[in-house]
Amino acid sequence: MGPATAAGPRAVDPSAVDLSTRLGTLVLPDPVLTASGCAAAGRELAPFVDLTAIGGVVTKSIMLEPRSGRPTPRMAETPSGMLNSIGLQGPGIEAFVAKDLHWLREHGVRTIVSIAGGTVQEYQKLAQRLRHEPGIGAIEVNISCPNVESRGQVFACDPFSAAQVVEVVRRHTAPGTPVLAKLSPDVTDIVAIARSVREAGADGVSMINTLLGMVIDPDTMRPVLGGMTGGLSGPAIRPVAVRAVWQVHAAFPDLPILGMGGIRTGRDAFEFLLAGASAVSVGTVVFHDPHALARISAELRELLAARGITRLADVVGLGHTMQARHVAAQATRRAAQEEALA
Amino acid sequence: MAPVQVTAEVVGLRRVGAYHHLTMLAPGIPEATRAGHFVALAVGGEGSGMLLRRAFSIHRVTPGGAGTVEIVFATHGQGTRWLADRRRGDKLDVIGPLGRPFTLPKEPVACVLVAGGYGAAPLFMLSQALRARGCRVDMVLGAASEDRLFGVLEARRTSASVTVTTDDGSSGIRGRVTDPLPEIIRAAGADVVYACGPMAMLAAVAAAAADQGAHSQCAVEEAMACGIGVCMTCVLPVRGADGVTRMVRSCTDGPVFRGSEVRWADVGSVPPDTLGAPVAGGH
Ligand SMILES: Cc1cc2nc3c(=O)[nH]c(=O)nc-3n(C[C@H](O)[C@H](O)[C@H](O)COP(=O)(O)OP(=O)(O)OC[C@H]3O[C@@H](n4cnc5c(N)ncnc54)[C@H](O)[C@@H]3O)c2cc1C
Ligand SMILES: Cc1cc2nc3c(=O)[nH]c(=O)nc-3n(C[C@H](O)[C@H](O)[C@H](O)COP(=O)(O)O)c2cc1C
Ligand code: FES
Repeated sequence: MGPATAAGPRAVDPSAVDLSTRLGTLVLPDPVLTASGCAAAGRELAPFVDLTAIGGVVTKSIMLEPRSGRPTPRMAETPSGMLNSIGLQGPGIEAFVAKDLHWLREHGVRTIVSIAGGTVQEYQKLAQRLRHEPGIGAIEVNISCPNVESRGQVFACDPFSAAQVVEVVRRHTAPGTPVLAKLSPDVTDIVAIARSVREAGADGVSMINTLLGMVIDPDTMRPVLGGMTGGLSGPAIRPVAVRAVWQVHAAFPDLPILGMGGIRTGRDAFEFLLAGASAVSVGTVVFHDPHALARISAELRELLAARGITRLADVVGLGHTMQARHVAAQATRRAAQEEALA
Repeated sequence: MAPVQVTAEVVGLRRVGAYHHLTMLAPGIPEATRAGHFVALAVGGEGSGMLLRRAFSIHRVTPGGAGTVEIVFATHGQGTRWLADRRRGDKLDVIGPLGRPFTLPKEPVACVLVAGGYGAAPLFMLSQALRARGCRVDMVLGAASEDRLFGVLEARRTSASVTVTTDDGSSGIRGRVTDPLPEIIRAAGADVVYACGPMAMLAAVAAAAADQGAHSQCAVEEAMACGIGVCMTCVLPVRGADGVTRMVRSCTDGPVFRGSEVRWADVGSVPPDTLGAPVAGGH
């Protein structure tokens, strides 16, 4: 970290800013990616944003078999956010590989494939099926799914089953392909879950998934969503996400983090980088502005340039350093004051 | 043709009965628009806490020059109220044209166009396209009350016949559009019925058309979050040509569907025989 980042701004030319970053061994020329479930299989966004220019596409979580998802209504708008209960609708892994992955590969899109299952074995089969498919930059393991073998307990909420899933996926994924565990914020201690998946071999973590919520319609006097509960996302959850990223980075500074939760502007993305994320996903805001990924990346570039920062990699986790300096400076001032009084 | 995202400018907004008729300069959208396409608008201005786009059928387009797009809307919640407060010169973030438009018959057959409330908005472009192909067009316009009818005068000017129904009898026949519909289909010898309006109306129209041996095409209205196919919120059960029912996105595979392929009675649920439906006891 150069002194320029801490000292006053000496603006540089935006084009001089190097936005490249990495998630484990995966090198990305741009730090802004889609979020799983918020860009379908990528293709639908192509009219609005150059998919080869963004960091990459994180695909909708795919399961082994085709899946219909939940009944409608599947969404409810909430203040600065939304609830969704899609229920992982998808075509199943075979159709995904044949159609969606094929398309992404043909178009040269950096791709992170998100997988989801109801049992540890399903995750294993998914990893095995993807192992020899070219064009996969990383695997993101969505563990915010109910474990059908454990009375529907969500994998991500239990350090042991979270680790079990990550361990089999890591074992059955090509060694050079990073495995990212996607963490749920609906836990008492997210650091404990992060520790557990890290020990199980996760090369990084994606965080955060949605928070469980509910909306009741005062007219019908019952829950709005067909699935009753849904996941809360959007700017409303951003402080929760920043906190979670901060805590996990503080505990494991070398663990790569793909940060997400309500990112709307370059400034928001910067907040995640300062907290410790190496790259970010943009989800709900894409519904508002399908052009958002390119815009956020451009805004981030401007913002770094204005602060005289030439390398994005230099600001990953910088919030922690700045806070430590702040605390140290305070202590020095206090000590000086006490000395003067003594 | 791929949809575009543009900054549009409001050039007109006026009341029409219970509705608002908005005209905007939206370069790039008119040229590719066909009857049945819709636009998705961001509402609430920059930094708005309302993140989801609002979908509106395209009522009319005027290509050339800057190009205008018109919509007709009812105030419903916060977003449409914000829209109703716009002034000439205000900017709007618009994406369009979206969805699959109505399919036009190859032969100059007779067609009946059925609307519920503001569902009439997209039918005038359709009527024009049909008449340009030599099709006979009869229209049935229904609403809860007279102020919720849209386009009756234009319909009278352009259609072989116009039938109006209102729930409260404030205009035309008291009752539902589907009450006179079978007779209108028969009298016109219609081969195709086009419809836009509330789900319950579409279900009844599709059934009436089928009874009379006519095809139907229905533009549905499902709650949408993105309008561009990335979120999977706007689905309904549709039986494909292969006989398999799937939960299909109405923003990209619709909003226009053949009346015979939508499982109307099951809208709002996932029928057990849907591809990938949850097995009993499962998630
Ligand atoms: C393809 C299509 C065409 C439409 N055409 C028209 C039209 O021509 N004229 C018109 O007045 N209305 C039309 N609608 C309905 C219109 O989109 C809603 O009335 C509007 O979104 C309500 O927004 P709001 O902020 O006022 O209400 P709120 O209830 O506050 O909206 C909250 C959220 O729910 C969604 N939502 C609520 N009701 C509907 C609905 N009925 N359909 C879709 N999304 C909904 C909104 O998009 C928003 O995300 C159309 C809807 C669709 C899907
Ligand atoms: C409609 C919708 C669908 C989602 N589907 C998935 C999914 O399939 N898998 C997953 O890991 N996360 C899914 N998510 C969560 C997002 O990837 C992301 O973690 C979360 O929404 C927070 O980011 P955001 O506020 O930018 O949307 C979904 C979110 C939304 C809004
Ligand atoms: S509204 Fe998002 S997929 Fe249809």
